[in-house]
Formats: sequence, C-alpha cells, structure tokens
Amino acid sequence: MKLLYFAWLRSRIGHAEEQTTLPEHVRDVGGLLEWLRGRGPAYAEALRDLSVVRVAVNQDYVGSGHPISDRDEVAIFPPVTGG
Amino acid sequence: MIRVQREDFDTGAELDRLAAGDHSVGGVASFVGLVRDMGGPGNSTGQVSALTLEHYPGMTERKLAEIEAEANRRWPLAASLIIHRYGRLEPGDRIVLVATASPHREAALAACHFLIDWLKTDAPFWKSEETPKGERWVAAHADDDAAKRRWQG
Repeated sequence: MKLLYFAWLRSRIGHAEEQTTLPEHVRDVGGLLEWLRGRGPAYAEALRDLSVVRVAVNQDYVGSGHPISDRDEVAIFPPVTGG
Repeated sequence: MIRVQREDFDTGAELDRLAAGDHSVGGVASFVGLVRDMGGPGNSTGQVSALTLEHYPGMTERKLAEIEAEANRRWPLAASLIIHRYGRLEPGDRIVLVATASPHREAALAACHFLIDWLKTDAPFWKSEETPKGERWVAAHADDDAAKRRWQG
C-alpha cells in the first residue's frame, strides 16, 4: 500500500510517503489508523485525535468503515484549509 | 477550466478571456482570495510574514473538476474557471480565482459563491504560516463547513 501524509500529519510522522504491506487483520480505514498508531510514538501522537484526521482512498474522501487493500493509495491529512 | 499552479495570475486578463467571443454571456462573476495576515489568537496583524500552501497533486485537480462539474449541473454557465496557487506566498498575494460566466447574473453570482464555498471544504490544500515563533498550520474553520451546508438539501 502507498501511504501519503500531508500538512502537520506529515511533520509529526516525519515523512511524506511510505510503502507498506498490511497485516492480514487490517481490512478497513479504521483498522489501518489503529494499526498505524501502534507503530511508534510519532504515529501515536499524530493520530491521537481522529476528529482532526481525514482519509482519502484512491483520491476520494472515505469514512472509517471503507475497505482497503495493498493496491490502494491512502492519504491521511488534517481538514483542508485552502481557498 | 481548472489550473493548479505556483505562478501568479492576471485577474483582468483571465476574466476577459472567460467570456471572449461568446456573445450569449451577459455577466461574469468572480472571487479572488488573497493572503491575509490573521495574526495569532489575541495578536494583531504583522505576525505572518508568509504562508506556504501545500496540496495533494492529483486529488486536487480531481476534486476541483468535480466541484466545477457540480456547479455546471446546478446553473446554466457559459464558462467557469478555477485557478488555485500553491507554494510560498506573502500577505496581499493572490491565492485563488473563481470565475463564472452566464447569460444571467443570478446564475453567475450563485455559482461563483457555491464554487468558493465548496472549494474551501473539499479541495486538498493546507496553509502553514511563517510567524516569529515558527511555522504554524492554519486550523480549519467550522464556519467553512456551515457555508458549504448552505448549498446542500
């Protein structure tokens, strides 16, 4: 899976992009976020408050129940502030 | 038309071009967003020396195209244009241009308002400000979500 991070989530996690292989039990966005939190203090801190975390799968906004697989591009970022 | 670019744009030239040669157009509406020095909580202006706009290449263009298509479904537009900049910008610099052309002003004005409201909640851009205390990411506004909801239902 290709994982992308933007804005302060990128700063806190420490990189903009990574390739990863999902463990078998991670099947949806909620499971992915939970699994990422367990990967270290930077991830745990960045993903502590999920009310300020948005997720896009293959460039569309999705909710926590959206299914994911290793073929997906998943982006994790804060609420947008353009315009 | 959608453009996501680092460079500045010429507002007058863009608006002229939008309706050029189409004599069914009765009006062009536009919104230009500028970099504002908001200061911090309790601060006056003069705190922000610059801001940097980050975006998600690919998804940005896709979301802007969706927003533009939705505006064209809702109103009879002869033409529409969204230009959004990214990179480092200073107070007073132009960030975004939204423009709509239509035979009638109601459609042009409403569609322009709709586009900027939706763009602010859906297009994946993030602003970080340069302040004397370092980098500060701009927080999203609940007002923006409320502004978008006005167009739903």
